[in-house]
Amino acid sequence: MKKTFTGRVFVLGDDIDTDIIIPTEYLALPSVEDMKQYGFYPLRPELPGLIREGDILVAGKNFGCGSSREQAPEIIKALKVSCVIAGSYARIFFRNAINNGLLLIENDQIQEYVKEGDSITVTVGEKIEAGGRVFPIPALPDDLMEILEAGGLVKAMQKRNGIAREE
Amino acid sequence: MGMTIGEKIIARAAGQTSVRPGDIHTVTLDRMMSNDGTTHLTVDMYNNKLKNPRVADPDKVVFIMDHNVPAENPKTAEAHKKMRNFAREHGIRLYEGQGVCHQIMMEDYVCPGELIFGADSHTTTYGALGAFGTGVGCTDFLYAMVTGRSWVLVPETIRFNLHGRLREGVYPRDLILTIIGDIGANGANYKIMEFAGDGEHAMSIHDRTVLCNLTVEAGAKAGICEPDEKVTEYCREHGREGGTFFVSDPDASFAAVYDYDLSKIEPVCVRPDFVDNYATRAEIEAEHVVINEAFIGSCNNGRIDELRQAAAVLKGRKVHPLVRLLVAPASRAVYLQALREGILADLIEAGAMMMNPNCSVCWGSCQGVIGENEVLVTTGTRNFKGRSGAASSRVYMANAETCAASAVAGYICGPDSLD
Repeated sequence: MKKTFTGRVFVLGDDIDTDIIIPTEYLALPSVEDMKQYGFYPLRPELPGLIREGDILVAGKNFGCGSSREQAPEIIKALKVSCVIAGSYARIFFRNAINNGLLLIENDQIQEYVKEGDSITVTVGEKIEAGGRVFPIPALPDDLMEILEAGGLVKAMQKRNGIAREE
Repeated sequence: MGMTIGEKIIARAAGQTSVRPGDIHTVTLDRMMSNDGTTHLTVDMYNNKLKNPRVADPDKVVFIMDHNVPAENPKTAEAHKKMRNFAREHGIRLYEGQGVCHQIMMEDYVCPGELIFGADSHTTTYGALGAFGTGVGCTDFLYAMVTGRSWVLVPETIRFNLHGRLREGVYPRDLILTIIGDIGANGANYKIMEFAGDGEHAMSIHDRTVLCNLTVEAGAKAGICEPDEKVTEYCREHGREGGTFFVSDPDASFAAVYDYDLSKIEPVCVRPDFVDNYATRAEIEAEHVVINEAFIGSCNNGRIDELRQAAAVLKGRKVHPLVRLLVAPASRAVYLQALREGILADLIEAGAMMMNPNCSVCWGSCQGVIGENEVLVTTGTRNFKGRSGAASSRVYMANAETCAASAVAGYICGPDSLD
Protein backbone atom coordinates (compact mmCIF):
# COMPACT_ATOMS: atom_id res chain seq x y z
CA MET A 1 0.00 0.00 0.00
CA LYS A 2 1.27 3.45 -0.91
CA LYS A 3 1.92 5.64 2.11
CA THR A 4 1.02 8.90 0.35
CA PHE A 5 -1.45 9.25 -2.50
CA THR A 6 -3.60 11.91 -4.14
CA GLY A 7 -7.13 11.32 -5.40
CA ARG A 8 -10.27 12.98 -6.71
CA VAL A 9 -13.16 13.19 -4.24
CA PHE A 10 -16.74 11.94 -4.46
CA VAL A 11 -18.93 13.24 -1.64
CA LEU A 12 -21.66 11.19 0.06
CA GLY A 13 -23.84 12.02 3.10
CA ASP A 14 -24.48 10.48 6.53
CA ASP A 15 -25.77 6.95 7.21
CA ILE A 16 -24.79 5.42 3.85
CA ASP A 17 -26.20 1.93 4.51
CA THR A 18 -25.19 -1.39 2.98
CA ASP A 19 -28.48 -1.61 1.03
CA ILE A 20 -27.43 1.60 -0.73
CA ILE A 21 -23.89 0.36 -1.34
CA ILE A 22 -25.33 -2.81 -2.92
CA PRO A 23 -29.10 -3.44 -2.97
CA THR A 24 -30.37 -6.95 -2.13
CA GLU A 25 -31.64 -7.64 -5.64
CA TYR A 26 -28.11 -7.57 -7.11
CA LEU A 27 -26.55 -9.87 -4.50
CA ALA A 28 -27.57 -12.90 -6.58
CA LEU A 29 -25.25 -11.84 -9.41
CA PRO A 30 -22.38 -14.32 -9.80
CA SER A 31 -19.48 -12.06 -8.80
CA VAL A 32 -18.52 -8.73 -7.28
CA GLU A 33 -17.31 -7.68 -10.74
CA ASP A 34 -20.88 -8.16 -12.02
CA MET A 35 -22.35 -6.36 -9.01
CA LYS A 36 -20.10 -3.31 -8.93
CA GLN A 37 -21.98 -1.46 -11.69
CA TYR A 38 -24.96 -1.32 -9.26
CA GLY A 39 -22.96 0.16 -6.38
CA PHE A 40 -24.84 3.04 -4.69
CA TYR A 41 -27.75 2.42 -7.09
CA PRO A 42 -30.66 3.70 -4.90
CA LEU A 43 -28.79 6.93 -4.16
CA ARG A 44 -26.49 7.67 -7.11
CA PRO A 45 -26.76 5.10 -9.90
CA GLU A 46 -24.26 7.02 -12.06
CA LEU A 47 -21.43 6.72 -9.51
CA PRO A 48 -19.76 3.43 -10.61
CA GLY A 49 -19.45 4.84 -14.14
CA LEU A 50 -17.75 7.99 -12.89
CA ILE A 51 -15.31 6.54 -10.35
CA ARG A 52 -11.77 6.03 -11.65
CA GLU A 53 -8.91 4.16 -10.05
CA GLY A 54 -7.45 6.10 -7.12
CA ASP A 55 -10.54 8.22 -6.44
CA ILE A 56 -11.57 8.82 -2.82
CA LEU A 57 -15.03 8.58 -1.23
CA VAL A 58 -15.77 11.15 1.49
CA ALA A 59 -18.87 10.55 3.61
CA GLY A 60 -20.44 11.62 6.88
CA LYS A 61 -21.18 9.62 9.99
CA ASN A 62 -22.15 5.93 10.32
CA PHE A 63 -20.89 4.82 6.89
CA GLY A 64 -21.75 1.19 6.14
CA CYS A 65 -24.56 0.79 8.66
CA GLY A 66 -26.98 -2.09 8.18
CA SER A 67 -26.41 -5.65 7.17
CA SER A 68 -23.26 -7.77 7.42
CA ARG A 69 -23.08 -8.29 3.64
CA GLU A 70 -19.41 -8.37 2.81
CA GLN A 71 -20.13 -7.52 -0.80
CA ALA A 72 -20.43 -3.87 0.35
CA PRO A 73 -16.72 -3.25 1.01
CA GLU A 74 -15.81 -5.68 -1.78
CA ILE A 75 -17.66 -3.53 -4.30
CA ILE A 76 -15.99 -0.34 -3.12
CA LYS A 77 -12.65 -2.12 -3.38
CA ALA A 78 -13.56 -3.43 -6.85
CA LEU A 79 -14.32 0.15 -7.97
CA LYS A 80 -10.63 0.74 -7.19
CA VAL A 81 -11.08 3.73 -4.87
CA SER A 82 -7.91 4.26 -2.86
CA CYS A 83 -9.74 4.79 0.43
CA VAL A 84 -12.93 5.89 2.14
CA ILE A 85 -12.89 8.84 4.53
CA ALA A 86 -15.93 9.09 6.80
CA GLY A 87 -16.93 10.74 10.05
CA SER A 88 -17.52 7.29 11.54
CA TYR A 89 -18.14 3.70 10.44
CA ALA A 90 -20.61 1.01 11.48
CA ARG A 91 -18.62 -1.75 13.15
CA ILE A 92 -19.44 -4.77 10.96
CA PHE A 93 -18.60 -2.77 7.83
CA PHE A 94 -15.36 -1.63 9.46
CA ARG A 95 -14.25 -5.22 10.15
CA ASN A 96 -15.34 -6.38 6.70
CA ALA A 97 -13.44 -3.57 4.98
CA ILE A 98 -10.21 -4.31 6.84
CA ASN A 99 -10.68 -8.03 6.14
CA ASN A 100 -10.89 -7.22 2.42
CA GLY A 101 -7.94 -4.85 2.41
CA LEU A 102 -10.00 -1.67 1.93
CA LEU A 103 -8.42 1.32 3.69
CA LEU A 104 -10.83 3.30 5.90
CA ILE A 105 -9.94 6.64 7.44
CA GLU A 106 -11.98 8.23 10.19
CA ASN A 107 -12.22 12.03 10.18
CA ASP A 108 -15.23 14.21 10.90
CA GLN A 109 -13.73 17.61 9.99
CA ILE A 110 -12.85 17.31 6.33
CA GLN A 111 -16.49 17.04 5.13
CA GLU A 112 -16.94 20.77 5.66
CA TYR A 113 -13.95 21.69 3.52
CA VAL A 114 -14.15 19.42 0.46
CA LYS A 115 -16.56 19.30 -2.42
CA GLU A 116 -17.01 16.79 -5.18
CA GLY A 117 -14.19 16.84 -7.72
CA ASP A 118 -11.60 18.30 -5.34
CA SER A 119 -8.20 16.70 -5.26
CA ILE A 120 -6.87 15.72 -1.82
CA THR A 121 -3.73 14.02 -0.56
CA VAL A 122 -3.64 11.31 2.11
CA THR A 123 -0.61 10.18 4.10
CA VAL A 124 -1.66 6.95 5.77
CA GLY A 125 -1.66 7.13 9.56
CA GLU A 126 -0.64 10.81 9.50
CA LYS A 127 -2.69 13.40 7.68
CA ILE A 128 -5.08 14.49 4.95
CA GLU A 129 -4.24 17.61 2.95
CA ALA A 130 -7.28 19.26 1.43
CA GLY A 131 -8.00 22.81 0.25
CA GLY A 132 -4.83 24.21 1.81
CA ARG A 133 -5.64 22.68 5.20
CA VAL A 134 -4.05 19.77 7.01
CA PHE A 135 -6.19 17.28 8.98
CA PRO A 136 -4.29 14.90 11.27
CA ILE A 137 -5.54 11.27 11.22
CA PRO A 138 -4.80 8.49 13.70
CA ALA A 139 -2.75 5.41 12.86
CA LEU A 140 -4.61 2.07 12.83
CA PRO A 141 -3.56 -0.54 15.42
CA ASP A 142 -0.67 -2.72 14.19
CA ASP A 143 -2.82 -5.89 14.01
CA LEU A 144 -5.22 -4.20 11.62
CA MET A 145 -2.45 -2.59 9.54
CA GLU A 146 -0.93 -6.05 9.13
CA ILE A 147 -4.20 -7.32 7.65
CA LEU A 148 -4.56 -4.26 5.40
CA GLU A 149 -0.98 -4.40 4.17
CA ALA A 150 -1.39 -8.07 3.31
CA GLY A 151 -4.48 -7.21 1.25
CA GLY A 152 -7.07 -8.73 3.59
CA LEU A 153 -7.57 -11.30 6.34
CA VAL A 154 -7.22 -14.42 4.18
CA LYS A 155 -3.91 -13.18 2.79
CA ALA A 156 -2.78 -12.20 6.28
CA MET A 157 -3.61 -15.74 7.46
CA GLN A 158 -1.44 -17.02 4.65
CA LYS A 159 1.47 -14.93 5.82
CA ARG A 160 0.95 -15.45 9.53
CA ASN A 161 0.38 -19.17 9.89
CA GLY A 162 0.60 -20.67 6.47
CA ILE A 163 -2.97 -21.99 6.37
CA ALA A 164 -3.91 -20.02 3.27
CA ARG A 165 -3.01 -21.34 -0.15
CA GLU A 166 -0.07 -19.75 -1.99
CA GLU A 167 -1.15 -17.61 -4.93
CA MET B 1 -12.85 -2.30 39.14
CA GLY B 2 -15.92 -4.33 38.23
CA MET B 3 -16.99 -5.58 34.82
CA THR B 4 -20.19 -5.41 32.77
CA ILE B 5 -22.02 -8.51 31.47
CA GLY B 6 -20.38 -8.22 28.05
CA GLU B 7 -16.89 -7.72 29.52
CA LYS B 8 -17.35 -10.84 31.68
CA ILE B 9 -18.41 -12.93 28.68
CA ILE B 10 -15.40 -11.77 26.65
CA ALA B 11 -13.08 -12.39 29.63
CA ARG B 12 -14.37 -15.96 29.94
CA ALA B 13 -14.01 -16.61 26.20
CA ALA B 14 -10.49 -15.13 26.24
CA GLY B 15 -9.39 -17.08 29.33
CA GLN B 16 -8.70 -13.84 31.20
CA THR B 17 -9.68 -12.88 34.74
CA SER B 18 -10.57 -9.38 33.61
CA VAL B 19 -10.77 -7.27 30.45
CA ARG B 20 -11.13 -3.52 29.83
CA PRO B 21 -12.82 -1.59 27.02
CA GLY B 22 -10.30 -0.93 24.24
CA ASP B 23 -8.35 -4.18 24.83
CA ILE B 24 -8.04 -6.53 21.87
CA HIS B 25 -8.33 -10.21 22.85
CA THR B 26 -8.24 -13.53 21.05
CA VAL B 27 -11.38 -15.46 22.00
CA THR B 28 -12.62 -19.01 21.59
CA LEU B 29 -16.14 -18.95 20.17
CA ASP B 30 -18.94 -21.01 21.68
CA ARG B 31 -21.05 -21.07 18.52
CA MET B 32 -21.04 -19.86 14.93
CA MET B 33 -24.08 -19.38 12.71
CA SER B 34 -24.17 -18.64 8.99
CA ASN B 35 -27.19 -18.28 6.68
CA ASP B 36 -27.74 -18.48 2.93
CA GLY B 37 -27.13 -14.75 2.50
CA THR B 38 -23.37 -15.38 2.43
CA THR B 39 -22.51 -19.05 3.23
CA HIS B 40 -21.78 -19.81 -0.43
CA LEU B 41 -19.11 -17.07 -0.37
CA THR B 42 -17.56 -18.60 2.76
CA VAL B 43 -17.56 -22.04 1.11
CA ASP B 44 -15.88 -20.60 -2.03
CA MET B 45 -13.12 -19.02 0.06
CA TYR B 46 -12.71 -22.23 2.07
CA ASN B 47 -12.33 -24.31 -1.09
CA ASN B 48 -10.27 -21.92 -3.19
CA LYS B 49 -8.15 -19.80 -0.90
CA LEU B 50 -7.04 -22.03 1.98
CA LYS B 51 -4.41 -24.73 2.10
CA ASN B 52 -5.57 -27.98 3.74
CA PRO B 53 -8.35 -26.27 5.70
CA ARG B 54 -10.53 -27.96 8.29
CA VAL B 55 -13.56 -26.96 10.33
CA ALA B 56 -12.25 -26.59 13.87
CA ASP B 57 -15.38 -27.97 15.58
CA PRO B 58 -18.43 -28.80 13.43
CA ASP B 59 -20.60 -29.17 16.55
CA LYS B 60 -20.26 -25.43 17.18
CA VAL B 61 -21.33 -24.46 13.65
CA VAL B 62 -24.92 -24.14 12.41
CA PHE B 63 -26.02 -23.35 8.83
CA ILE B 64 -29.54 -21.97 8.34
CA MET B 65 -31.28 -21.17 5.06
CA ASP B 66 -33.71 -18.31 5.52
CA HIS B 67 -32.87 -15.41 3.21
CA ASN B 68 -33.91 -16.92 -0.14
CA VAL B 69 -36.04 -19.90 0.87
CA PRO B 70 -37.29 -21.62 -1.20
CA ALA B 71 -34.85 -20.67 -3.97
CA GLU B 72 -36.34 -18.09 -6.35
CA ASN B 73 -33.90 -18.50 -9.25
CA PRO B 74 -31.26 -20.94 -10.52
CA LYS B 75 -28.37 -18.91 -9.06
CA THR B 76 -29.82 -19.10 -5.57
CA ALA B 77 -30.52 -22.79 -6.06
CA GLU B 78 -26.83 -23.31 -6.87
CA ALA B 79 -25.75 -21.32 -3.82
CA HIS B 80 -28.05 -23.51 -1.70
CA LYS B 81 -26.58 -26.71 -3.18
CA LYS B 82 -23.11 -25.48 -2.27
CA MET B 83 -24.26 -24.85 1.31
CA ARG B 84 -26.03 -28.24 1.63
CA ASN B 85 -23.08 -30.15 0.24
CA PHE B 86 -20.57 -28.42 2.49
CA ALA B 87 -22.74 -29.06 5.55
CA ARG B 88 -23.09 -32.75 4.68
CA GLU B 89 -19.40 -33.14 3.95
CA HIS B 90 -18.30 -31.52 7.22
CA GLY B 91 -20.99 -32.77 9.59
CA ILE B 92 -22.53 -29.30 10.15
CA ARG B 93 -26.20 -29.05 11.20
CA LEU B 94 -28.29 -27.56 8.40
CA TYR B 95 -31.76 -26.06 8.65
CA GLU B 96 -33.86 -25.48 5.58
CA GLY B 97 -37.38 -24.10 5.55
CA GLN B 98 -37.60 -24.13 9.33
CA GLY B 99 -37.43 -20.42 9.95
CA VAL B 100 -35.42 -17.26 10.31
CA CYS B 101 -31.90 -18.01 11.55
CA HIS B 102 -32.07 -16.03 14.80
CA GLN B 103 -35.38 -17.56 15.86
CA ILE B 104 -33.98 -21.06 15.27
CA MET B 105 -30.83 -20.20 17.25
CA MET B 106 -33.03 -18.97 20.11
CA GLU B 107 -35.24 -22.07 20.04
CA ASP B 108 -32.48 -24.68 19.65
CA TYR B 109 -29.04 -23.42 20.70
CA VAL B 110 -28.27 -20.20 22.57
CA CYS B 111 -27.26 -20.57 26.23
CA PRO B 112 -26.57 -17.74 28.70
CA GLY B 113 -22.97 -16.52 28.89
CA GLU B 114 -22.00 -17.78 25.43
CA LEU B 115 -20.00 -15.79 22.88
CA ILE B 116 -21.52 -16.33 19.44
CA PHE B 117 -20.56 -15.08 15.97
CA GLY B 118 -23.25 -14.97 13.32
CA ALA B 119 -22.74 -14.01 9.70
CA ASP B 120 -25.75 -11.71 10.00
CA SER B 121 -26.09 -8.31 11.62
CA HIS B 122 -29.08 -9.23 13.82
CA THR B 123 -27.03 -11.81 15.75
CA THR B 124 -27.37 -9.31 18.64
CA THR B 125 -30.70 -11.11 19.27
CA TYR B 126 -29.05 -13.72 21.51
CA GLY B 127 -28.58 -11.25 24.33
CA ALA B 128 -32.19 -12.00 25.25
CA LEU B 129 -30.82 -15.15 26.90
CA GLY B 130 -27.84 -13.37 28.48
CA ALA B 131 -25.45 -14.33 25.66
CA PHE B 132 -23.10 -12.12 23.63
CA GLY B 133 -24.07 -12.44 19.97
CA THR B 134 -22.46 -10.29 17.32
CA GLY B 135 -22.62 -10.05 13.55
CA VAL B 136 -19.61 -10.55 11.29
CA GLY B 137 -18.94 -10.78 7.56
CA CYS B 138 -18.11 -13.99 5.73
CA THR B 139 -14.31 -13.58 5.96
CA ASP B 140 -14.44 -13.22 9.75
CA PHE B 141 -16.84 -16.17 9.81
CA LEU B 142 -14.44 -18.26 7.73
CA TYR B 143 -11.55 -17.46 10.07
CA ALA B 144 -13.71 -18.39 13.09
CA MET B 145 -14.97 -21.61 11.52
CA VAL B 146 -11.48 -22.75 10.54
CA THR B 147 -9.64 -21.77 13.73
CA GLY B 148 -12.47 -21.83 16.29
CA ARG B 149 -11.26 -18.41 17.38
CA SER B 150 -11.29 -14.75 16.46
CA TRP B 151 -10.21 -11.39 17.82
CA VAL B 152 -12.51 -8.89 19.53
CA LEU B 153 -12.02 -5.33 20.62
CA VAL B 154 -13.68 -5.06 24.03
CA PRO B 155 -16.48 -2.51 23.62
CA GLU B 156 -17.77 -0.02 26.16
CA THR B 157 -21.21 -0.74 27.61
CA ILE B 158 -24.22 1.57 27.69
CA ARG B 159 -26.70 0.68 30.42
CA PHE B 160 -30.45 1.04 30.03
CA ASN B 161 -32.41 0.77 33.27
CA LEU B 162 -36.01 -0.04 32.45
CA HIS B 163 -38.63 0.90 35.03
CA GLY B 164 -42.30 -0.06 35.31
CA ARG B 165 -44.44 -1.64 32.59
CA LEU B 166 -45.48 -0.84 29.04
CA ARG B 167 -49.14 0.23 28.78
CA GLU B 168 -51.68 -1.96 26.99
CA GLY B 169 -51.29 -1.60 23.24
CA VAL B 170 -47.61 -0.65 23.56
CA TYR B 171 -44.99 -3.27 22.77
CA PRO B 172 -41.24 -3.90 23.17
CA ARG B 173 -40.83 -2.91 19.52
CA ASP B 174 -42.15 0.55 20.39
CA LEU B 175 -39.66 0.75 23.25
CA ILE B 176 -36.58 -0.18 21.24
CA LEU B 177 -37.58 2.08 18.32
CA THR B 178 -38.00 4.91 20.85
CA ILE B 179 -34.55 4.23 22.29
CA ILE B 180 -32.98 4.16 18.80
CA GLY B 181 -34.78 7.42 18.00
CA ASP B 182 -33.31 8.94 21.16
CA ILE B 183 -29.69 7.82 20.79
CA GLY B 184 -29.56 7.74 16.96
CA ALA B 185 -28.62 5.15 14.34
CA ASN B 186 -25.01 5.20 15.48
CA GLY B 187 -25.73 6.09 19.11
CA ALA B 188 -24.31 2.79 20.33
CA ASN B 189 -21.75 2.25 17.57
CA TYR B 190 -19.23 -0.38 18.67
CA LYS B 191 -20.82 -0.50 22.11
CA ILE B 192 -22.88 -2.99 24.07
CA MET B 193 -26.45 -2.03 24.95
CA GLU B 194 -27.21 -3.65 28.30
CA PHE B 195 -30.78 -3.79 29.62
CA ALA B 196 -31.67 -4.25 33.28
CA GLY B 197 -34.09 -3.01 35.93
CA ASP B 198 -37.51 -4.17 37.15
CA GLY B 199 -39.01 -3.39 33.74
CA GLU B 200 -36.53 -5.70 32.02
CA HIS B 201 -37.05 -8.53 34.49
CA ALA B 202 -40.84 -8.27 34.07
CA MET B 203 -40.42 -8.89 30.33
CA SER B 204 -40.74 -12.33 28.77
CA ILE B 205 -37.84 -13.81 26.78
CA HIS B 206 -39.85 -12.99 23.68
CA ASP B 207 -40.00 -9.31 24.68
CA ARG B 208 -36.28 -9.24 25.41
CA THR B 209 -35.61 -10.83 22.01
CA VAL B 210 -37.36 -7.90 20.32
CA LEU B 211 -35.15 -5.43 22.24
CA CYS B 212 -31.80 -7.15 21.65
CA ASN B 213 -32.51 -7.91 18.00
CA LEU B 214 -32.79 -4.25 17.00
CA THR B 215 -29.81 -2.95 19.01
CA VAL B 216 -27.66 -3.31 15.88
CA GLU B 217 -29.81 -0.56 14.33
CA ALA B 218 -28.19 1.79 16.85
CA GLY B 219 -24.81 0.38 15.77
CA ALA B 220 -24.39 -1.88 18.81
CA LYS B 221 -21.92 -4.76 18.80
CA ALA B 222 -24.23 -6.65 21.15
CA GLY B 223 -27.48 -6.15 23.06
CA ILE B 224 -27.68 -8.04 26.34
CA CYS B 225 -30.48 -8.38 28.90
CA GLU B 226 -29.54 -9.18 32.48
CA PRO B 227 -30.42 -12.89 32.77
CA ASP B 228 -32.77 -14.33 35.41
CA GLU B 229 -34.87 -17.43 36.05
CA LYS B 230 -36.94 -16.75 32.91
CA VAL B 231 -33.82 -17.63 30.89
CA THR B 232 -33.54 -20.97 32.69
CA GLU B 233 -37.24 -21.65 32.11
CA TYR B 234 -37.01 -20.79 28.41
CA CYS B 235 -34.00 -23.03 27.87
CA ARG B 236 -35.63 -25.88 29.80
CA GLU B 237 -38.86 -25.55 27.76
CA HIS B 238 -36.70 -25.85 24.66
CA GLY B 239 -34.93 -28.96 25.92
CA ARG B 240 -31.59 -27.67 27.15
CA GLU B 241 -29.76 -26.60 30.29
CA GLY B 242 -26.42 -25.05 31.08
CA GLY B 243 -24.61 -21.83 30.44
CA THR B 244 -23.56 -19.18 32.91
CA PHE B 245 -25.43 -16.15 34.22
CA PHE B 246 -23.33 -12.99 34.14
CA VAL B 247 -24.54 -9.73 35.67
CA SER B 248 -22.71 -6.41 35.84
CA ASP B 249 -20.79 -5.65 39.03
CA PRO B 250 -22.06 -2.74 41.16
CA ASP B 251 -18.81 -0.89 40.41
CA ALA B 252 -18.78 -1.70 36.69
CA SER B 253 -18.08 1.26 34.44
CA PHE B 254 -20.59 2.35 31.81
CA ALA B 255 -20.08 4.76 28.90
CA ALA B 256 -23.56 6.12 29.69
CA VAL B 257 -26.59 5.18 31.77
CA TYR B 258 -30.15 5.84 30.65
CA ASP B 259 -33.36 5.42 32.61
CA TYR B 260 -36.63 4.67 30.84
CA ASP B 261 -40.08 4.82 32.42
CA LEU B 262 -41.87 2.21 30.33
CA SER B 263 -45.31 3.64 31.10
CA LYS B 264 -44.38 6.76 29.08
CA ILE B 265 -43.65 4.88 25.83
CA GLU B 266 -46.11 5.49 22.96
CA PRO B 267 -46.88 3.34 19.91
CA VAL B 268 -44.22 4.27 17.35
CA CYS B 269 -44.21 4.54 13.55
CA VAL B 270 -40.74 5.24 12.16
CA ARG B 271 -40.67 7.29 8.95
CA PRO B 272 -38.86 6.05 5.83
CA ASP B 273 -35.21 5.61 5.07
CA PHE B 274 -33.65 5.72 8.56
CA VAL B 275 -34.42 3.57 11.62
CA ASP B 276 -33.91 6.57 13.92
CA ASN B 277 -36.50 8.64 12.04
CA TYR B 278 -38.82 8.41 15.03
CA ALA B 279 -42.45 9.48 14.98
CA THR B 280 -45.40 8.47 17.13
CA ARG B 281 -48.14 6.50 15.45
CA ALA B 282 -50.53 9.33 16.28
CA GLU B 283 -48.39 11.77 14.24
CA ILE B 284 -48.30 9.45 11.23
CA GLU B 285 -51.99 8.67 11.52
CA ALA B 286 -52.74 12.40 11.32
CA GLU B 287 -50.88 12.49 7.99
CA HIS B 288 -53.17 9.79 6.53
CA VAL B 289 -50.36 7.78 4.87
CA VAL B 290 -51.97 5.48 2.29
CA ILE B 291 -50.26 2.07 2.02
CA ASN B 292 -49.95 -0.60 -0.67
CA GLU B 293 -48.65 -3.41 1.51
CA ALA B 294 -48.36 -4.47 5.15
CA PHE B 295 -45.91 -7.08 6.44
CA ILE B 296 -45.90 -8.99 9.71
CA GLY B 297 -42.86 -11.19 10.28
CA SER B 298 -39.02 -11.06 10.57
CA CYS B 299 -36.50 -11.97 13.26
CA ASN B 300 -37.65 -8.90 15.14
CA ASN B 301 -41.39 -9.37 15.16
CA GLY B 302 -42.61 -12.66 13.66
CA ARG B 303 -43.24 -14.70 16.80
CA ILE B 304 -46.47 -16.02 18.27
CA ASP B 305 -47.08 -12.86 20.31
CA GLU B 306 -47.18 -10.70 17.18
CA LEU B 307 -49.35 -13.19 15.29
CA ARG B 308 -51.79 -13.15 18.23
CA GLN B 309 -51.83 -9.35 18.20
CA ALA B 310 -52.48 -9.30 14.46
CA ALA B 311 -55.22 -11.93 14.69
CA ALA B 312 -56.98 -10.03 17.47
CA VAL B 313 -57.22 -7.00 15.17
CA LEU B 314 -58.07 -8.94 12.00
CA LYS B 315 -60.62 -11.43 13.35
CA GLY B 316 -63.96 -10.68 11.71
CA ARG B 317 -62.48 -7.92 9.52
CA LYS B 318 -61.21 -7.83 5.94
CA VAL B 319 -57.95 -6.54 4.50
CA HIS B 320 -58.55 -3.38 2.43
CA PRO B 321 -59.03 -4.23 -1.28
CA LEU B 322 -56.10 -2.00 -2.30
CA VAL B 323 -53.68 -3.52 0.24
CA ARG B 324 -51.65 -6.76 0.28
CA LEU B 325 -51.10 -8.18 3.76
CA LEU B 326 -48.21 -10.65 4.04
CA VAL B 327 -47.56 -12.71 7.16
CA ALA B 328 -44.38 -14.80 7.59
CA PRO B 329 -44.13 -16.67 10.92
CA ALA B 330 -40.54 -16.56 12.21
CA SER B 331 -40.22 -20.33 12.48
CA ARG B 332 -41.99 -23.62 11.87
CA ALA B 333 -42.62 -23.86 15.62
CA VAL B 334 -44.34 -20.46 15.57
CA TYR B 335 -46.32 -21.44 12.47
CA LEU B 336 -47.54 -24.66 14.11
CA GLN B 337 -48.45 -22.85 17.31
CA ALA B 338 -50.49 -20.34 15.29
CA LEU B 339 -52.23 -23.24 13.56
CA ARG B 340 -53.11 -24.90 16.87
CA GLU B 341 -54.47 -21.66 18.31
CA GLY B 342 -56.71 -21.01 15.31
CA ILE B 343 -54.79 -17.83 14.52
CA LEU B 344 -54.08 -18.88 10.95
CA ALA B 345 -57.79 -19.15 10.20
CA ASP B 346 -58.39 -15.62 11.50
CA LEU B 347 -55.53 -14.24 9.40
CA ILE B 348 -56.43 -16.13 6.22
CA GLU B 349 -60.16 -15.34 6.47
CA ALA B 350 -59.26 -11.67 6.78
CA GLY B 351 -57.33 -11.94 3.51
CA ALA B 352 -53.71 -12.30 4.65
CA MET B 353 -51.26 -14.15 2.41
CA MET B 354 -49.37 -16.68 4.57
CA MET B 355 -45.71 -16.96 3.61
CA ASN B 356 -43.35 -19.77 4.61
CA PRO B 357 -41.04 -18.92 7.52
CA ASN B 358 -38.22 -16.84 6.00
CA CYS B 359 -36.77 -13.32 5.92
CA SER B 360 -39.24 -12.34 3.22
CA VAL B 361 -39.98 -8.68 2.46
CA CYS B 362 -37.83 -7.54 5.38
CA TRP B 363 -34.71 -7.96 3.28
CA GLY B 364 -36.31 -7.32 -0.09
CA SER B 365 -35.99 -10.77 -1.53
CA CYS B 366 -38.12 -13.89 -1.86
CA GLN B 367 -41.63 -12.71 -2.61
CA GLY B 368 -43.58 -9.60 -1.80
CA VAL B 369 -41.17 -6.83 -2.78
CA ILE B 370 -42.79 -3.46 -3.47
CA GLY B 371 -42.74 -1.41 -6.69
CA GLU B 372 -41.85 2.18 -7.61
CA ASN B 373 -43.34 4.73 -5.20
CA GLU B 374 -45.24 2.08 -3.22
CA VAL B 375 -45.60 2.30 0.56
CA LEU B 376 -45.05 -0.56 3.01
CA VAL B 377 -45.80 -0.64 6.73
CA THR B 378 -43.75 -3.37 8.32
CA THR B 379 -42.70 -5.17 11.49
CA GLY B 380 -39.34 -5.80 9.76
CA THR B 381 -35.92 -4.70 10.92
CA ARG B 382 -35.07 -1.85 8.54
CA ASN B 383 -36.57 0.91 6.43
CA PHE B 384 -33.52 1.87 4.34
CA LYS B 385 -34.07 3.36 0.90
CA GLY B 386 -34.95 0.50 -1.44
CA ARG B 387 -34.64 -2.08 1.36
CA SER B 388 -37.89 -3.85 0.48
CA GLY B 389 -38.05 -3.21 -3.26
CA ALA B 390 -37.79 -0.26 -5.66
CA ALA B 391 -35.47 2.63 -4.75
CA SER B 392 -38.40 5.07 -4.79
CA SER B 393 -40.58 2.97 -2.45
CA ARG B 394 -41.05 3.94 1.18
CA VAL B 395 -41.05 1.79 4.32
CA TYR B 396 -42.62 2.71 7.67
CA MET B 397 -41.77 0.60 10.74
CA ALA B 398 -44.46 -0.12 13.33
CA ASN B 399 -45.73 -2.81 15.72
CA ALA B 400 -47.82 -5.79 14.58
CA GLU B 401 -51.10 -4.30 15.80
CA THR B 402 -50.48 -1.16 13.73
CA CYS B 403 -49.56 -3.19 10.63
CA ALA B 404 -52.72 -5.30 10.96
CA ALA B 405 -54.98 -2.28 11.55
CA SER B 406 -53.37 -0.38 8.65
CA ALA B 407 -53.95 -3.35 6.33
CA VAL B 408 -57.67 -3.08 7.10
CA ALA B 409 -57.94 0.71 6.95
CA GLY B 410 -55.70 1.17 3.87
CA TYR B 411 -53.69 3.86 5.65
CA ILE B 412 -51.39 3.80 8.69
CA CYS B 413 -53.42 3.80 11.89
CA GLY B 414 -53.88 2.06 15.23
CA PRO B 415 -56.59 -0.50 16.01
CA ASP B 416 -58.72 2.07 17.84
CA SER B 417 -59.29 3.88 14.56
CA LEU B 418 -61.05 0.91 12.96
CA ASP B 419 -64.86 0.77 12.94
